[in-house]
Amino acid sequence: MKLTPSGSQTVGPYFRIGLQHLCDSDAQRAADVDTVTVHGTVIDANGVPVSDAMLEIWHADRDGRYDAGLPDASGRPACFTRAATDDEGSFRFTIVRPGAVPGESGIRQAPHIAVLVFARGLLRHLITRMYFPDEAANSSDPVLQSIPEKRRRTLIAERDSHRPGTLEWNVVLQGDDETVFFAW
Amino acid sequence: MVDMRMVQTPAPGTQPDFHYPPYLSSVVRSPRMPLVLLPQALAECAGPVFGHNIVGALDHDLAAHHGGDPIGERIIVQGRVLDEDGRPVPHALVEVWQANAAGRYRHKVDQCNMPLDPNFSGAGRTITDAHGYYLFRSIKPGPYPWKNHHNAWRPAHIHFSLFGAGILSRLVTQMYFPGDPLQPLDPIFNSIADEKARNRLISQLDMNRSEPEHALAYSFDIVLRGSQDTPFEEPRK
Ligand SMILES: [Fe+3]
Repeated sequence: MKLTPSGSQTVGPYFRIGLQHLCDSDAQRAADVDTVTVHGTVIDANGVPVSDAMLEIWHADRDGRYDAGLPDASGRPACFTRAATDDEGSFRFTIVRPGAVPGESGIRQAPHIAVLVFARGLLRHLITRMYFPDEAANSSDPVLQSIPEKRRRTLIAERDSHRPGTLEWNVVLQGDDETVFFAW
Repeated sequence: MVDMRMVQTPAPGTQPDFHYPPYLSSVVRSPRMPLVLLPQALAECAGPVFGHNIVGALDHDLAAHHGGDPIGERIIVQGRVLDEDGRPVPHALVEVWQANAAGRYRHKVDQCNMPLDPNFSGAGRTITDAHGYYLFRSIKPGPYPWKNHHNAWRPAHIHFSLFGAGILSRLVTQMYFPGDPLQPLDPIFNSIADEKARNRLISQLDMNRSEPEHALAYSFDIVLRGSQDTPFEEPRK
């Protein structure tokens, strides 16, 4: 007999009290690996920045493996981090750039990161993905290509012209430019 | 790791809708476009693995972080984390946060005029043992006012965040206390339409685990989505 999964509830506005300890880590910023910094803003239906949102970022390692990373000495998992938004609704995180991800039956997915979005006002968290700009594999990625072109770009970060090596990617919770969110 | 074929769509009413107008801030923060179904073969099936040293020896005891005893009813909150097949989820990271006994959070955004308690921060974390069991010590949080509607008060609750065997098992929820008359009035609690599912967020007083002349215990079991592809067993001798 199957049990019913427990119901989700919002993180509310005070989640930093309990969840901050895994936010904004420098743990994965070792100088000898290819890292990428992503920044952006979470905005609501009215274009208002969301100052009490948190992203959880989970990605494959350089070889495209999701299950290879062991926790570091402090117990923090590899290829996972959190980033809370500030008073202006902005977030920022730095990760090891993931490789292409092999899927079942030979389907190869373009490099991407899985992003979980939590916020006051979200009774359940949202799940989305961020892909990298100028990545040839994007044009054959089965997930990206299954999404209508108009919405596809919400999943692809842009180069930050002012800061080399930095990407900009925004999360739009609702509206014309609404980010694509996934269900399983 | 979670076997993706075992992750099912939740039964109607057992999870809240994103758009739930009685909870005002859901109106402008919930997506309107339909979610895109990701083929399970392409999903991120594993999840982050936490080391046991992510939690310190006293991190499960929210009443022990300062020099003195926090004000409030001492409580023990404990239970099991299970998967959809009722199997325990071992080594699951459980993080909690809560208001103090007066209903005030130690957070710059909480500007209500209830007093802060110098002996209470309101954060804790632990990792389930080999049998999926967890335990926290704390004080009972107070109800608190919020601005959702006129005279809105949240029932007493503790926020819970859990990582199971895979990213699809991720859950953030709230635990409530039995017999709280504010529950029927609370839009967040009532966002779960199914009465049985809703009531499973209410912990139960557990006199067997209460400590005489010290603390009352509340039991709260949590079921995560998914099913582990290998049942967890004690190491074979
Ligand atoms: Fe709360």
